[in-house]
Amino acid sequence: MDRRGLVSVLLAAAIVGAPVAPALAAGEDFIPLLVYRTGPYAPSGIPIANGFVDYFALLNERDGGINGVKLAWEECETQYKTDLGVECYEKLKGKGAAGALVVNPYSTGITYQLIPKAAVDKVPILSMGYGMSASSDGRWFPWVFNFPTNYWSQASAVVRYIGHQEGGLDKLKGKKIVHIYHNSPYGKEANPTLDELSKKYQFELTLLAVDHPGQEQGATWLQVRRINPDWIFMSGWGVMNQVAVKEAASKGFKMDHFIGNWWSANDADVIPAGDGAKGYKGATFHAPGTKFRVHADIFKILYDKNKGAGRREAVGEALYNRGIVNAMYTAEAIRTAMGKFGNKPLTSEQMRWGLEHLDVTEQRLDQLGMKGFTHPIRVTCEDHEGSGPVLIQQWDGAKWEIVSDWMAPMRDVVRPKIEAAAVEEGKKLGYPMRDCSKEK
Amino acid sequence: MIYREAGQFKTSYASDQAIFPIAQDRWFVGLATVAAFVVPPLAANEYWLQAVLIPFLIYSLAAIGLNLLTGYAGQLSLGTGGFMAVGAYAAFKLTTAFPPLNIIVVFVLSGLVAASVGLVFGIPSLRIKGFYLAVATLAAQFFLVWLFNKVPWFVNYASSGTITAPNRAVFGVILTGPNATAPVRYVTALALVVVFALLAKNLVRGRVGRSWMAIRDRDIAAEIIGVRPLRTKLLAFGISSFYCGVAGAELVFLYFGSAETLAFDVTLSFLVLFMVIIGGLGSILGSFLGAAFIVLVPILLTNAPQTVGLHLPVALQKQIELMVFGGLIIFFLIVEPLGLARLWQISKEKLRLWPFPH
Repeated sequence: MDRRGLVSVLLAAAIVGAPVAPALAAGEDFIPLLVYRTGPYAPSGIPIANGFVDYFALLNERDGGINGVKLAWEECETQYKTDLGVECYEKLKGKGAAGALVVNPYSTGITYQLIPKAAVDKVPILSMGYGMSASSDGRWFPWVFNFPTNYWSQASAVVRYIGHQEGGLDKLKGKKIVHIYHNSPYGKEANPTLDELSKKYQFELTLLAVDHPGQEQGATWLQVRRINPDWIFMSGWGVMNQVAVKEAASKGFKMDHFIGNWWSANDADVIPAGDGAKGYKGATFHAPGTKFRVHADIFKILYDKNKGAGRREAVGEALYNRGIVNAMYTAEAIRTAMGKFGNKPLTSEQMRWGLEHLDVTEQRLDQLGMKGFTHPIRVTCEDHEGSGPVLIQQWDGAKWEIVSDWMAPMRDVVRPKIEAAAVEEGKKLGYPMRDCSKEK
Repeated sequence: MIYREAGQFKTSYASDQAIFPIAQDRWFVGLATVAAFVVPPLAANEYWLQAVLIPFLIYSLAAIGLNLLTGYAGQLSLGTGGFMAVGAYAAFKLTTAFPPLNIIVVFVLSGLVAASVGLVFGIPSLRIKGFYLAVATLAAQFFLVWLFNKVPWFVNYASSGTITAPNRAVFGVILTGPNATAPVRYVTALALVVVFALLAKNLVRGRVGRSWMAIRDRDIAAEIIGVRPLRTKLLAFGISSFYCGVAGAELVFLYFGSAETLAFDVTLSFLVLFMVIIGGLGSILGSFLGAAFIVLVPILLTNAPQTVGLHLPVALQKQIELMVFGGLIIFFLIVEPLGLARLWQISKEKLRLWPFPH
């Protein structure tokens, strides 16, 4: 084949294989999606992006959008890199009829970078369960939301779970807990809380950093072996998770004493380790699997008609479901805002109001086909986190199973820390504190 | 025709030694500089300024810095990212410790801090050369990034380990931080790069630059004719690191707004090295061309399918971008191994004879 022939074949293949992204038109609610489908973090990035897109597509196909207003979105590849994140944000923030309604950075690093910018551009950030924990204090960070729960709450809920397993929080005394973390703002987030809890409950905490991208963990696991901890908590992401689970399995660590945070417990993280991963636990704030009505709809309306974003088998993976939850919060916030501002395309400021007044009740979850899928959540002006409870799931060799009740975070420990940190971070950016009693 | 120099006589040493001895060049560069200051802030939208032009200017500055060291003095360095990190963290520490200090002064001071660190890591260059030196500077890269990640003092004990650019105003205009507008950031970056490029150009034309080139071409011969290797090489490391340090500070303060050490990892060092190699070793113009190539081409490739109405999935688009970009690098290195600057030089020579080549 000559060169020109090869090029045209490649081009043709590209065009045929491409699902057409929805074209932008006036009268739509536009949501930019910062995704990473390539690079070392793609194993984590792909299911989230697919969950997101599938839920939005479902709303458009099944209900004709939200209250008659269609959703529009555009993906932009960040590879989890901060510089590409900035480029994507700048590119997409002004698109759509009224600009971007809300931005989901899907990287704590990018979130940190966007927090100062977004407030100036008046674009709300929804960093669902990631980002800056201090931004949970809505009085200082009106434009940033990280409900249903943040890293600090998660760390405290996991410590509570470990306490339960040991037979009470007082039994934690003298226990050795290791935190293996991605050496980035994301991985470091949980450290201050763990540190404080280690003093309160007198367990021995060791913090072990793993450098980006996390393929090289030999030294870390040598240290783990030397310390011989009772429990391991991990804040990993992307390829780091797979390597860590494999290492733990090959070192013969008790897998049911190894708990990943909610970004370290996806199907792709455990499958490479094979049977060795059996028993590995992870935090989450929603159920895994496809046994909910929303999944039935996704199969029926999207995948049966070949309109799904990913592979059919990947529907129901832990991170895929996370994408659905995130898309659902976004959609419900739009609905909330429409309740006040009318059923027409929103502005980003109206969207912010919607996020701040989001109240997803048990009943609402049932209507959405998500009964028992996730916990109800209520956001307020002061509390952009909601301190939602955390579930622990366990890998049984083929799928995740929920093995705990909803574990409440230790709000008495976490909230004062958040308020103190919010003052500090807010001052750094020169923000004033809002008076929430004056907000409506 | 365009480049006809007939009638341009050099009647003084000054005119013979001018940076641009040809009048057309002088005019062109002058106009281009003025246009660069005026047109984009008025015409370009925020995406172009913030995501395309500002990083281009900042990477140009870093590429000039590395070009001084690698292109002119012949010392291969992979520590660029580390030295840029020094500049960024120094600027952060300085401006948070002394908030009233003029931010431009902070940039220059942080460049000086980076220069002193560069001097220290330049010492091995007296003993080792070539690829071995590259490995030694790689150590600097890893050590510096590790240091900033490890010691919380550098980030003012922020639990996340990120540094954030605060709002800083000069003469009432906010230059850095979230409230600085994109045109202001752009003009700041442009002004700095113009000043420093001019300085670099004069540096390499003078005694210092000549001694660098002597060391690069044959260090023993240079030593025999009286160039002192110790001072010359360390000076190259110092000045190069100064440029990289300023570029690093700008990277955080004018572009990212907030950064972690990951932004300065070894990929950045390679990126700047590629800019220098593709642009042209030993050429100030090459630094700009190389930075333009590395920064702009991927963005153009990313946006190209959409502009022609082709909606590809982002992953495929990214992969195509990487393949085409890699292909272009190989293409340019085969067509002109001496870099884009050499390509420009050749076309200029042809233009001077056009339309009557011999």
